Amino acid sequence: MMSPESTRERWIGRPVKRVEDHRLLTGRGTYIDDHPPVANVHAAAIVRSPHAHARILGYDVSAALAMPGVVGVITGADVAASTKPFGVGVTAPVHYYCAATDKARFVGEPVAVVVAKNRYLAEDAAEAVVVHYEPLPAVVDPERALEPDAPVLHETVGTNLAGNRRLVYGDPDRAFAEAEVVIRERFRFPKYASTPIETYGVIARWDGLDGVLTVWSNFMGPFIMHPLVARVLGLPENRLRFIVPPDIGGSFGIKSSIYPYMALIGLAAMKTGVAVKWIEDRREHLLASSSGTDRVAYRELAARRDGTILGMRYRWIDNVGGYIRSPEPGCSFRPTGNFVGPYAFQHLEVDASVVMTNKSLTGPNRGYACGHLYFETEGMIDRLAATLGMDPVAVRRKNLIPATAFPYRTPTGGLYDSGDYEATLDRALEHADYAGLRRRQVEARAAGRWFGIGVALAVDPSVSNMGYVATALDPQFRAKPEYLPKSGAMDAATVKVDPLGRVTAIMATTPQGQGHQTVVSQIIADELGLRPEDVTVVDEMDTFTRVWSISSGTYSSRFGSVGAGAAALAARKLRAKLVDYAAHLMEVPVEQVEFRDGTARMKGGQGPSYTVKDLAGRAHWNATSMPEGMEQGLQATAVFGFSVAGAVDAQDRVNSSNTYGFIAEVMAVEIDRATAAVTIDKYVTVHDAGTIINPMIAEGQIYGGALHGLGGAMFEELAYDDDGQLLTGTFMDYLVPTASEAPTIDIAHVVSPSPLTPLGSKGLGESSSMTVPAVLANAVSDALAPLGVRITQLPITPSRLWHLIEDAKT
Amino acid sequence: MAEPVTVRLTVNGVGHEGRCEPRKLLVDFLREDLALTGTHVGCEHGICGACTVLIDGVAARSCIMLAVQADGAEIVTIEGLMQDGALHPLQAAFREHHGLQCGFCTPGMLMTALDFLRVNPTPTEPEIREALSAVLCRCTGYHGIVKAVAAAAPVLAKRA
Amino acid sequence: MKPVKFEYHAPATVDEALALLGRYGGEAKILAGGQSLMPLMNFRLSRPAALIDLNRIASLAYIREDDGHLAFGAMTRQRTVEFSPVVAQRLPLLREATRWVGHLPIRSRGTIGGSIAHADPAAEYPAVLTALDGEVRVRGPRGERVLKASDLFVTYLTTRLEPDEILTEVRLPAMPAGAGHAFEEFARRHGDFAIVGIAAMVVRDGGRCRQARLATAGAGPVPVRLRAAEEILERDGLGDRAIEAATARAAELVSPDADIHASADYRRHLTRVLAARALRRAAGPGARRG
Ligand SMILES: Cc1cc2nc3c(=O)[nH]c(=O)nc-3n(C[C@H](O)[C@H](O)[C@H](O)COP(=O)(O)OP(=O)(O)OC[C@H]3O[C@@H](n4cnc5c(N)ncnc54)[C@H](O)[C@@H]3O)c2cc1C
Ligand code: FES
Ligand code: FES
Repeated sequence: MMSPESTRERWIGRPVKRVEDHRLLTGRGTYIDDHPPVANVHAAAIVRSPHAHARILGYDVSAALAMPGVVGVITGADVAASTKPFGVGVTAPVHYYCAATDKARFVGEPVAVVVAKNRYLAEDAAEAVVVHYEPLPAVVDPERALEPDAPVLHETVGTNLAGNRRLVYGDPDRAFAEAEVVIRERFRFPKYASTPIETYGVIARWDGLDGVLTVWSNFMGPFIMHPLVARVLGLPENRLRFIVPPDIGGSFGIKSSIYPYMALIGLAAMKTGVAVKWIEDRREHLLASSSGTDRVAYRELAARRDGTILGMRYRWIDNVGGYIRSPEPGCSFRPTGNFVGPYAFQHLEVDASVVMTNKSLTGPNRGYACGHLYFETEGMIDRLAATLGMDPVAVRRKNLIPATAFPYRTPTGGLYDSGDYEATLDRALEHADYAGLRRRQVEARAAGRWFGIGVALAVDPSVSNMGYVATALDPQFRAKPEYLPKSGAMDAATVKVDPLGRVTAIMATTPQGQGHQTVVSQIIADELGLRPEDVTVVDEMDTFTRVWSISSGTYSSRFGSVGAGAAALAARKLRAKLVDYAAHLMEVPVEQVEFRDGTARMKGGQGPSYTVKDLAGRAHWNATSMPEGMEQGLQATAVFGFSVAGAVDAQDRVNSSNTYGFIAEVMAVEIDRATAAVTIDKYVTVHDAGTIINPMIAEGQIYGGALHGLGGAMFEELAYDDDGQLLTGTFMDYLVPTASEAPTIDIAHVVSPSPLTPLGSKGLGESSSMTVPAVLANAVSDALAPLGVRITQLPITPSRLWHLIEDAKT
Repeated sequence: MAEPVTVRLTVNGVGHEGRCEPRKLLVDFLREDLALTGTHVGCEHGICGACTVLIDGVAARSCIMLAVQADGAEIVTIEGLMQDGALHPLQAAFREHHGLQCGFCTPGMLMTALDFLRVNPTPTEPEIREALSAVLCRCTGYHGIVKAVAAAAPVLAKRA
Repeated sequence: MKPVKFEYHAPATVDEALALLGRYGGEAKILAGGQSLMPLMNFRLSRPAALIDLNRIASLAYIREDDGHLAFGAMTRQRTVEFSPVVAQRLPLLREATRWVGHLPIRSRGTIGGSIAHADPAAEYPAVLTALDGEVRVRGPRGERVLKASDLFVTYLTTRLEPDEILTEVRLPAMPAGAGHAFEEFARRHGDFAIVGIAAMVVRDGGRCRQARLATAGAGPVPVRLRAAEEILERDGLGDRAIEAATARAAELVSPDADIHASADYRRHLTRVLAARALRRAAGPGARRG
């Protein structure tokens, strides 16, 4: 652990106010649209397909080119001629270019780009670009898309099935054969997004003579997309520079999918010779940015009468839209290691189909696929409880992985690093006064009111191991000698001391509101015995200057463990050097020197002492005062990488994330008998995310995550008609919950430090976004249990719920 | 006339003059012509509220108003809230209560709350929530924002 | 999301504005608060050749009490209505409805005339105008005319105003002293247009109901005055049974449409539920008896 010698209070664990706030509260943030990094930037407007499915017969750009201020038009023909398709995560031959080339496969798909003096003129000219289409029949439902007579999106693939894997862990057939109870259910999870209030933005400049393309974007990573874009544009990687501005206006996973636009706008800059800026507007965002997948799930659960779960079967049909864009099919496989959630059953079969339909493309969205997973699993557990006449808590308790079992290896290859699930559940029950809620329910029911209580549990995986993506591939394919296994999750940090003893930390992360500067300053202050305000943190990612690797970026709740860990390690490395240097100045063996409260001194207290400032002054001004063999200057770079993140094995087992937190939630709801409106009466969430570095920031993530979950559960859906037209293309129709809809949340923590990270921390950025759909659905189902209504589909809109109730009454 | 028009207005107490097409949105004029990028654009159809500024003393959306309509107006943006080099009490409350994460909704939240607290200096929590429902935030779950506005209310009431 | 090019005029008088409208022969649009028009223009769904901005016509912004009516200049902001003492006193139903119109920053700019001219079937002001039997004054090249609420709304976003006419004034009869009122609304989020809204006013006379007024928002392509339901109340009073019968009738009087937010059946059901809530509240605490 850190600074064991320190006698002062540590900064870690304290709700330190954020250093980011001053600039953001005074309008001095630097978001992508704020400060043009180069002169004479032109604006791009993207021409988009009005058809869900259409063959592109040709373009006429002459009228657009003749319009005032227009400097160029790029079409799909240019894209086809000058770029390669992106690599995809499946073996099916899907050709996904940064704009439509042969066909448009969803409404809003880019088909051309107009570059003009400003955005107004660019939009004028975009309307003048003529694209000749031959409309084709569309398909939007993933099950319909698999029928033999469904329109096929990709002729090269021949079917709309982008991939299917059947994964078998243990002996599920035997578990079902031996079961005393089998429960079956079909669920539908909606397509929804996170709609960060700041949309996508890309600025690209091409330096033709040097052959360097610089792309500024509010892209959050993963930087595996950097080599992908380089390959698409035919550029060497060290000639493609990605720069991320200091401030990003939210992302929640959605901005990991900007990269096709980085290629497209990069191409526009290369073709037109001017610097090009594209700021996505809200219409474009809702039509074509990214969202989670919609899923049809068939679930089966085998259990004994005493409530012991023997095994489960999951059959999923995930709808990734018109193309399968990397990192999909993560929607199916990202939770591989935690497929079983917090439960101890050993036998599982997963049949995952990934289907392409004429909807917009999908990708990571806060909780990446875990919201789907737990909505289904927790719903199944409640059904089991109801069938057996048991309390839902009792059934869960019976099946939890015991605290003594950690670190726990799941049947699917996950390595749960630490936890005490039962204690966390107890904490939630106690906070919610579960027994009291049940008493209230009895009273409410007697009075004819619909009052329900939901419980949901979730293992909260963070720091994905990129290796999981290979679960999508057949083991035979992965066994081929030319196949290179994939694994890893790492980050680097550099800490340097200036001549006056102040510290600068340089990170390769891309924060979107998580307060990295504050958190890193707390960590380094602790390590070096300073105050957070003595530490300046620079986190503007730049692929030319930062130390990074393909897993870099701020996604999958990585920062709290990987980025923070790298910062701690770099500071420790630097501290060790300061001690070495001080020992040299004191002319004593290093073993006799300790570092405490920002000062290197003799153990026992006698003799000279050197503060960081003293040492910094000497090291900078009198470089030869450093001992021979010591690297001059006061800086250290460290890399933290997990070693438990291996590649997927021949049995399809993979530790798909690196740390695993735990969430236990209880929610009580009341349903208005007249309008079917759902009101949240109580909502308790207890998290175990290991060591908490800044509780204020951590809780902020939970509040936000919970509301995202609520959005998906009750309000938000990217809804399409049968022809593939988006019905929710405005913020009037795509309903983001407001302050009036946000529930009051009662948060508590349990701390089981991760043994795997330098600070004991785990991630919690996705947090309750993955549990609220489950806990809300369970609570509503519980409220309506007297009618036999069970929620199988989200969002639970009043209109939908009213119909369910009416149907149940008759 | 579709020809450029001259727009003269006062922003944060400073007079400005600019020329633009009549169709230029006020928010674009503030951000592009006056380089006041503290006001944000989140939807351009009046829903998200990120672009909210005070126009002649009342909060309004600058994305659904034309710059030319603001000719002669007095506008206050997030850049104009600091006083004597210190945070305005509402800004300070946002910092104290973690009323922002990414900060993108923050200009709209601040300007909306400021107007609201003038109309209702002693609000209840449901009233605060109702007022803030004018602005969308995707990061905070509104928790810290509601707390910040509640905390700022008595401070502002005393100053008034 | 930038509007198309247009010519812009900000006349100082209604006459000038009418002349300009005439000059563009149907190709110009009136710009009032812009809270509905500008979003449409930013989406390029509305593409007028010219905008005639009424915001510089000072004479169009007023609230006047005359002859048992309240007259609102078309350019009176919804916010002004919200905080007007005379509205609070004489038209408390309008005041209550105003609180449901979007949000305060929307009401800062949005106008009463714009809201009615826009004729969104889910909007609150058209429902109030319909419930209270209000009227609008309209000026055009052929002079002035008055349109009753019952004649004004044609279908979605369509009124009987001609493209060269300007709505100049909204007139609502002041509510009788002692009248009860309520505006009940159901929306999925705070500040949204109604899924269904009900404007209600009742005038009680001992145990009897002297006058009942009920109109809908969101329950069809135009606001619907629920006259047959009102008649039940005026005949049978405001007891539970009468309200039950009247609201059941109300649900039969509407023909709502379905959209992504709600089915037609649910809207019809809400019409009944909200009408009952509105009537109970309007009738006051004594209403449950009798
Ligand atoms: C976020 C948001 C939420 C909203 N929520 C609601 C809500 O819940 N309920 C609700 O009712 N409204 C709501 N609105 C709309 C708002 O009330 C508008 O103000 C109103 O619909 C239109 O009034 P306006 O003055 O803004 O008119 P404008 O937008 O300027 O004009 C609307 C239309 O009416 C025409 N017009 C305007 N004035 C006249 C006139 N005097 N004579 C002839 N034609 C005229 C215009 O040409 C245009 O076609 C909302 C708007 C937003 C942005
Ligand atoms: S940008 Fe103006 S309200 Fe969203
Ligand atoms: S702080 Fe990010 S949108 Fe509100």
